[in-house]
This record gives sequence, C-alpha cells and structure tokens, in this order.
Amino acid sequence: MASRAQRMPTSLRIASSLFVLLWFILAAFPFLWTVWGSFKVELDFFSIADWTNALTGARTEAVYGSPFTTTGYEGAWIQEEFWRNVLNTGIVCFFVVTISLTIGTLGGYALSRSTYNYTFWLLITALIFRAMPPITLVSGYLLPFFEWNIWGILPTTIIVLVAINQPFTLWMLHSFFKNIPSELDESAKVDGCNQFQAFRRVIIPVMWPGVITTGLFSFLLAYNDFAVGAMLLSESNRTMVPAIAAFLGTTQTEGNVMFAVAAVVSATVPLFILVMFFQRQIVGGLTAGAVKG
Amino acid sequence: MRHKTFLWFFLPTGLAMLLFIAMPIVSVVTQSIFAPHPAVLIEVESCTPLVGCTTETTVDQEATATLRAENPMGRFVGLGIYFDRGHLAVQEIGQIWASNESWGGFFSELGNLPFYRAMAFTLTFTFIVTPLTILLGLVIALAVNSLHRHLKGLMIFFSLLPMIVTPLIGSLILFWMIDSRGVIGNALVNLAGDPDFSLKASTGLMWVALMVYGVWSSAPFAFVVFYAGLQTLPKDQIEAAQIDGATRWQQVKFVVVPHLMPLVTFVALIQLMDNFKVFEPIIGFSAGAHAQSLSTFIFNDLGGETRQLSSAAATSVITIIGIAILLSPVLVRTWRDFKGAR
Amino acid sequence: MFLKKVALAGSMAAFAASAGYACEIGGRVNIVGNEFAAIQAVAAGAKECTGASVESNLTSEHQTINVAGLSGNPSEYTSAIIANSSLVALMNEDVIRPLNDLVEQHGQDLQPGQLIKIGDNIMAIAFMANAQHLMYRKDILEQAGVEAPTTYEELLEVAKAIREQGIMQNPVGGAYQAGWNLAQEFNNMFLGYGGTHFKPGTAEPNINTEAGVNALNMMKALSEYMNPDFLTHDSNATNAEYRAGNVAIMNMWGSRASQQTTTEGVLQEVIDGHAIAAPMTVGGGSIPATTLWWDGWTVGKNISDEEAEATFIAMKNGIRPDMLNDETTPLAVWLIEGYEPSEDAQGVFAAAKMGTPPYPMLPYMGLMHSALGNELADFMQGKESAEQALADVEAAYRAAAIEQGFLK
Repeated sequence: MASRAQRMPTSLRIASSLFVLLWFILAAFPFLWTVWGSFKVELDFFSIADWTNALTGARTEAVYGSPFTTTGYEGAWIQEEFWRNVLNTGIVCFFVVTISLTIGTLGGYALSRSTYNYTFWLLITALIFRAMPPITLVSGYLLPFFEWNIWGILPTTIIVLVAINQPFTLWMLHSFFKNIPSELDESAKVDGCNQFQAFRRVIIPVMWPGVITTGLFSFLLAYNDFAVGAMLLSESNRTMVPAIAAFLGTTQTEGNVMFAVAAVVSATVPLFILVMFFQRQIVGGLTAGAVKG
Repeated sequence: MRHKTFLWFFLPTGLAMLLFIAMPIVSVVTQSIFAPHPAVLIEVESCTPLVGCTTETTVDQEATATLRAENPMGRFVGLGIYFDRGHLAVQEIGQIWASNESWGGFFSELGNLPFYRAMAFTLTFTFIVTPLTILLGLVIALAVNSLHRHLKGLMIFFSLLPMIVTPLIGSLILFWMIDSRGVIGNALVNLAGDPDFSLKASTGLMWVALMVYGVWSSAPFAFVVFYAGLQTLPKDQIEAAQIDGATRWQQVKFVVVPHLMPLVTFVALIQLMDNFKVFEPIIGFSAGAHAQSLSTFIFNDLGGETRQLSSAAATSVITIIGIAILLSPVLVRTWRDFKGAR
Repeated sequence: MFLKKVALAGSMAAFAASAGYACEIGGRVNIVGNEFAAIQAVAAGAKECTGASVESNLTSEHQTINVAGLSGNPSEYTSAIIANSSLVALMNEDVIRPLNDLVEQHGQDLQPGQLIKIGDNIMAIAFMANAQHLMYRKDILEQAGVEAPTTYEELLEVAKAIREQGIMQNPVGGAYQAGWNLAQEFNNMFLGYGGTHFKPGTAEPNINTEAGVNALNMMKALSEYMNPDFLTHDSNATNAEYRAGNVAIMNMWGSRASQQTTTEGVLQEVIDGHAIAAPMTVGGGSIPATTLWWDGWTVGKNISDEEAEATFIAMKNGIRPDMLNDETTPLAVWLIEGYEPSEDAQGVFAAAKMGTPPYPMLPYMGLMHSALGNELADFMQGKESAEQALADVEAAYRAAAIEQGFLK
C-alpha cells in the first residue's frame, strides 16, 4: 500500500506500535476489568478488603464454591427483567436515528445549498441550542407534558431526543453536503427536476457514508441518554441507562451493584456488533463529510 | 435555493428545534427573572409517628394562593437572581474588593463564592482537556493509521470503548478502580510509596483525575474524526513534500495538520462546549467536595427537596452565555469562511 | 433484598385470595413513589383492589416528577408516596389534599400515630419509619476491651482504643459524602447539641451558633478516625467498607440493618460480629443525635372526589395489617398495627423511645439542607474555620430563601 518513500523508519515504527499498545491498554483495560469483575460478588468487585480479591474472586469462591458466578446477569436479566429496558432502548434508538436522520438530512441539505445569510445564523442558533444544559430543558417539559397527557410514553422521549440531537446532526450533515459538489444537483435541475427531485435522484445515492456516521453519533446519544429517559419515562417504559442507575440504589435503600455491572457489560455487546459491522462506513462517512469549522 | 424551497426542506427540523429547544429556552429565560411569590408563613402544631406533636412553621396556602392568582408568573425580580450569592454574587464581590488590599486576599476570598470556584474548575478543565483531547486524538489517529490493515478494525473498536460506555457508569467504574484499595489506586499507592496516599482525599489530585477522565473519555471522538480525515489525505501533496526533502515531522506539520484543520475546528467547537458543561465525572467521582461546575449547580438546584427552578434557570442562561463567549473566536472565523465561500 | 416485584406480587395475590379479601374502588388510582422494596409491597397491595384501574410508577426520580405529576386537572397521579423531607415540597406547591374527611369515613382503624397532622389537617398517612443509629462489630470492640458507646464522646474513645491497639487504622465509618449525606450528618449532630436550624416562627437561619460549631468540631474529630476518602463515601460506600471488615463502628440508616449480614460474600466475622444499638447522644444532651424519618402516602388535590376516595381506599388496602407476612415484614420498620419488630428494627424503635426529633418538616428545610451540603466540605477538609463555614451556609441559604420568597 504505502510507497517506499512513505515507509517508516524502524525506530518510529516501534515507537508508534508501542504507543498503540499503550492506548489499547488505557482504552480497554477498565472495560476488560469490568467484564472480569461482573462474574464476581460485590465484595470482590470493590475489593476494598484486598485488591487481589478482584482477580482471584476469594469471596465469590467462599459463597459459590467457584471464583465465577453469573448471579449478576441472572439477577439483572431474569429477576429484574432487564430485557424490557433493552427492548425499550432498541425502540427508542431505532426511531431516534431514523427520524433525526430523515429531518436532519433535509435540513442539512437545505442549509448547504442556500447562500442567504440566514443559513449562517440558523447554524449559529443551532449551536447555541446545543449549549443549553439538557437537564434544564427536560425539567421544563414536565409540566406541559403532564398536562397534555403525553408524559411517560416512548414517543415523547423519542421526539425530545430527536430535537435535542438536531443541532449536532445539522452541523455534521451540513458540512457533509457542502463537500458534495453542487454542480451535481444544479445539472439535474437543468434537466428539469425540481429541488426535491434533484435531491432524491442525485444526492440520496451518494450521501450514505456521511449519513451513517451521523447516525452512529445519534445512536450513541439515544443509547447513552440518562437525563431525558430518567425524567420523561415511567417505570414501565424505562430505557437501559436509567434502569442501570436504578440498580445502584439510593441513600436510604440498598441497591445491587452487581446487577448494574452485569447490565453495563451486556449493554456494550450490541454496540460491539454495531461498530464491527459499520466500522468501514463510520470512517468512510466522516471522510466524505470532512467537516468545515 | 429559493426561500420557499428552503423553508420546506428546513421545516421539520426547524419545527422540532423550535418546539423543544427554542420555546423551553424562552420559558427558562422568563423563569430566571421571575421568582416564586413570598410565602405567607404560619405556625401550627405538627404530629409525627413515634414522636408526638411539635410546633412547626408552614405555608399558609390560602394566603399564598391569592398572591399566586393575582400574578401567576410570580414575582418579577429582574436580574436579581443572576446577581445573588449563588450566581454572580455582585454584592459579595464588592465587599471582598473593599475589604482586601492585595490581589492575593481578593482571589482567596473570591474562591469562597461557589460560582467563582466552579468557574475556576470549569475553565481549567476546559482549557486543559480540550487541547489534550485533540492532541491525543491526533496521535492515536496517526498511529492507528500506520497499523496493519487487519489490526485497524479491532483497534477502532477498542479505541471507541471509552466513548461507548455510558459516561455515568463509565466514570463510576473508574472511580471504583482509583480507590486506594482498587487496582489502579493500589498501583499508585505503591508508586508513591506512601500507604496513606489517596487520590480522592486531595483536591489537586481529584482535579487531575477528573481531567484524565475527561481526556480519556473524549479522545475517541477526536480520534474517529481525525482518522477519517487522514483517509482523504491527498497523496500527491505528501509525495511533493517528500520530493522537496521534507522530514516526516515536517510532512505532518505542513501537510497533514493543515489538511485536518477544519476537523480540528469542529472537534474544538464540540469539545469546548461539552467540557464547559462538565457534569458526569463530577457526579460519578463523588467529587462535589473538590470540584463543581455550572451543570452540577443546576443538578443540585433541581434535585434538592425544594426545587429552585429560578436559580437553575439563571444558571442555565449563564451557561449559554458562557459558551457563546467561549466559542466566539471560532464563530467569527466561521462567519469569515461563510462570507468567503459565497 | 432488592425489588422482588414479581415474587412479591404473586405471594400477596395468593394471600389475598386465600383470605377472601375484597377491596372495591370506584375511581382511577395512580401512584408515584420511590422504588425500594417496602414501597413496592404497598403498591402491590393497592393493586389488589378491583373496580377501577390501579397503576403505579415507582422510580428513584419520583421527587423530580411528583409535583408536576400531581398538577394539572385532573392530574396524572392520584397519590404520591413521600418521606417527611419531601412532604413539604408538595405542601408548598399545594398539590395534596387534607385527608380529614376520608380518614373519618374510611380510616377509623388507622393507628393515631400514622396520621401526619399539620395544624388540624391530616396531610399524609405514614406506614414505615427509619432513623440512623449505631451499628458496630461487637467482636472488634471486645478485642479492644471497650463497651459499645452511648455517646459520641465515648465513640471517639472506642475509636482511639481500636486504632492504638493496632486492630484497625480507620475504625469509624460515616456517610460523609459532600452534598446531601454530609448535610444530614450535620443535622443529626446539630440537633443532638440542642441546636435549632431556624429562629422560631421565621425562616431566619440560626446555625452559626455554639451548637453549630460544636457539631462541626465533633464531625471533624470523628473524621480523623475515618478513611481519608470520607468525603466521597455515601451510605452505599460506607456499608461496603463495613461488610469488607474495614469499619468497626458507624451511624447508619436502620433500613440498611438487615442487609449488613445478608449481602452475598460478606465476611464471616462481620456476620458474626454485627450488632445494632440505639443512636448516640452528644455533648451531654438527652436526645440522640439523629433524626426520625417516616414514609407515607398522600392524596392529590387536583382530582375528583371519587378518585380521591378510591385512592384512599386502595392505599389503605396497601397498608392493611394483614399485608404483613414473612416476605413483607422484614422489608421495613412498619408503622402498621400488629407489626412485630424484628431484631433489625430495634435500633429505630430505640431511637423513637429516646425522643429522637423528627427531621424538621419546614417549608424551607430543603433549602437549608442543600446549602449545608454544598458549603460544609471546605471545613471538613480543613480549608476554613467552623464559623466561616457556617457563615457561608447561612449566606447560601439566605440567597436561596430570598429567591423562594421565604425571606425578604
């Protein structure tokens, strides 16, 4: 692949590999440690008696006769029916990604093709919108949502997440469309298409890499959301992260930390599959959408 | 594009933002200049199980309801809440200024006011974490890009991990690990050679821990963006530089970095904004004793037994203004680009 | 001991069926409350009623949504389950109704102690109690040759003895996490020294007093015997230390007593040595340095009378005496008639017997609690004097109270 001139000198190659290794450890170690610890009892996971307990599982062995136990997973998935929360998160993520990409693509495309000053101000306004702390927004929704009787259900949360996510989506997609030469749709218009037809016939076929990358970030936002889900969803419709937080307990009442740890580990599996599946598009998309500041 | 066409394309997203962000912002601004009505207090006897009865003060609902009915918006206080001790503390600053001869005394007393102490942490955090994130992201991107093809995919996933694990839980897990009996904390104790060494007990070390977490958790975002940018690096430019005899470092400096510059701006914009709103690590690390930010103030105002809506609203508006000031250099640049591009 | 919703509901339903118990209601019931097991049990009991729908939303976020959920006409919820600290927030917003007429009609068999009266109005029906009290390791104390303390001064001596004999370096535990927990510990100590948070009949703060300074100094003295990270330890972290055998003595919530020995993997010596005792007094005071808490249910104001009546009947069904069975009895210190306190409940009952003051039920107490939580950490870290810290608390409280209209 690389031409001879581009090949690295050995010393640099070693330094670079060592750095990647170091970063790999930094990035993955806490997670791998958690995966290992999720098969232990709480006292081993915290290991405040002796840190080596976390490795050897001394207390787990004392209770279960084996240094590994799946009680955390059983508790979370069977007793607490964590799969319901997973299902809810699945629904929320699917609709948030779909809706926010649909309306974001239209908006981002329009922003990239209009040359009037207001496009700039719209982009700036969107940026300022993103500066608003989400918890303030959400606490402002409570009263009207209760009054309109739309509190606690998934569609409300989906719409709110879509709206909160729009500024970022617009910025990314806008920059992406900027990189698609406007001659493409101009020539389509010359051939007699209106703007929407030009968008559909010419732009949609080439926009996917950028859209998929933007979709990944929308997905992560919906997937990791706590503030919105915790305040706007009723217990029966709860998504994953608020459910995990609930496992941790409160001041006066005991939680079950190992349920939370097991749930966190399980929550990462679908993301692993997703990233592995889309890794080429993720990187490819950002490439095409070289974002202009 | 004609105005009308633009409108139709922009309408759905515009409507979503108008309804769910713009209107709440208007109501937040309104709320920040109106406070609840003065409460009419009365003393009554209150009875509690296992204990018996005591005299307690309570709100006279009828009298207060009349006040509310007369003026449902609340009591107009103007910028009063912005200037009170919980926020900009204008009066307190005046007193500190008057009573202190030296700058040292002034600043140490200023640090006693919650808002300024939070700003000291937030700004330090923002201006240390943002450049480090960008730098680390860039180096990771360069290093991963030079890897063998088969290793790249796996490395991308593992590099994304710190961003993928929910921040609320991710910071909690790290917090458990850096406990002086945890795996990382124990290693640090051995390194320091002091059995009483604890990250969590010292303000300085806690700040360092928060910043390390900040860099760790956002480096993947910078990495993904830069890595993608590297894929479009024009080969001919690199080759031209090599023919001119540029060293590897010069190639990075004069070809790669300028090519990535728009991406750096984008990452800086997002990172400045998010770091200014730093929240999850402070909660996850239980660092309330050592570090606060505007976002934790809002969280405290809204999470207390008595919710301080006006105070939270004022802090939110201050956050927006703070971010606008922080981003203004970048925004001016964007405006020039926009004008230039037209 | 976490929420065993399904099992619980199942066993309760079976129980109800066998007893032939009937509960008929004529209006919608919807409950919002915290999510711990005792409240799950009460909600499950309310759901046995037939004739109309009974729903519940039990979540740790209940406090952020209950005011909004009880507003509107008709409101989403008809009942909120709250603790004494959060009752005032609902009363301040005027979203719950006095229950006098309903108690007269349907609640004659409630214990007099269950009726929470503010003035002449019954505002809530309490069903469980809680208090912080002493928990300790009797084996460690025996080893050190000391008796279980009854005052905080004795506690300091016990801690000193344990440390000096090299049994434990940091024998004292405490939920001193900056924020709500730290403020609560201050409240305990402050009331123990005979302090009152406010000047009588007003919202004027009254904590920068001798009692306040003494309370802070005592907390500081205790913290010398705690893990150096004490400002990050909430009650969960403190209990984890206790179960790992790192802590010998602490002031802990009674609601946590039963889990100290039943959590998986607890060291055998902790199980064998665990003991509970009455809360301690401080500074020669007669009342213990702790506060008494209750959980109870309320009925919303913005609903029809039928719904209010239905809510009352259903909620009362949730706390009827025969809801206590092998499964539900250990979940809490119940205030329900016929409750036989278990070993684990002795601490809370001892607290009540000793005249422990209830957590102050004042409209502005929440503001004071927040101010304490935010401003006391500096003192605990030795960054400022007790007087300065208390002055900061008063200033922070004052700003908040002016905003909320309690002070001018």
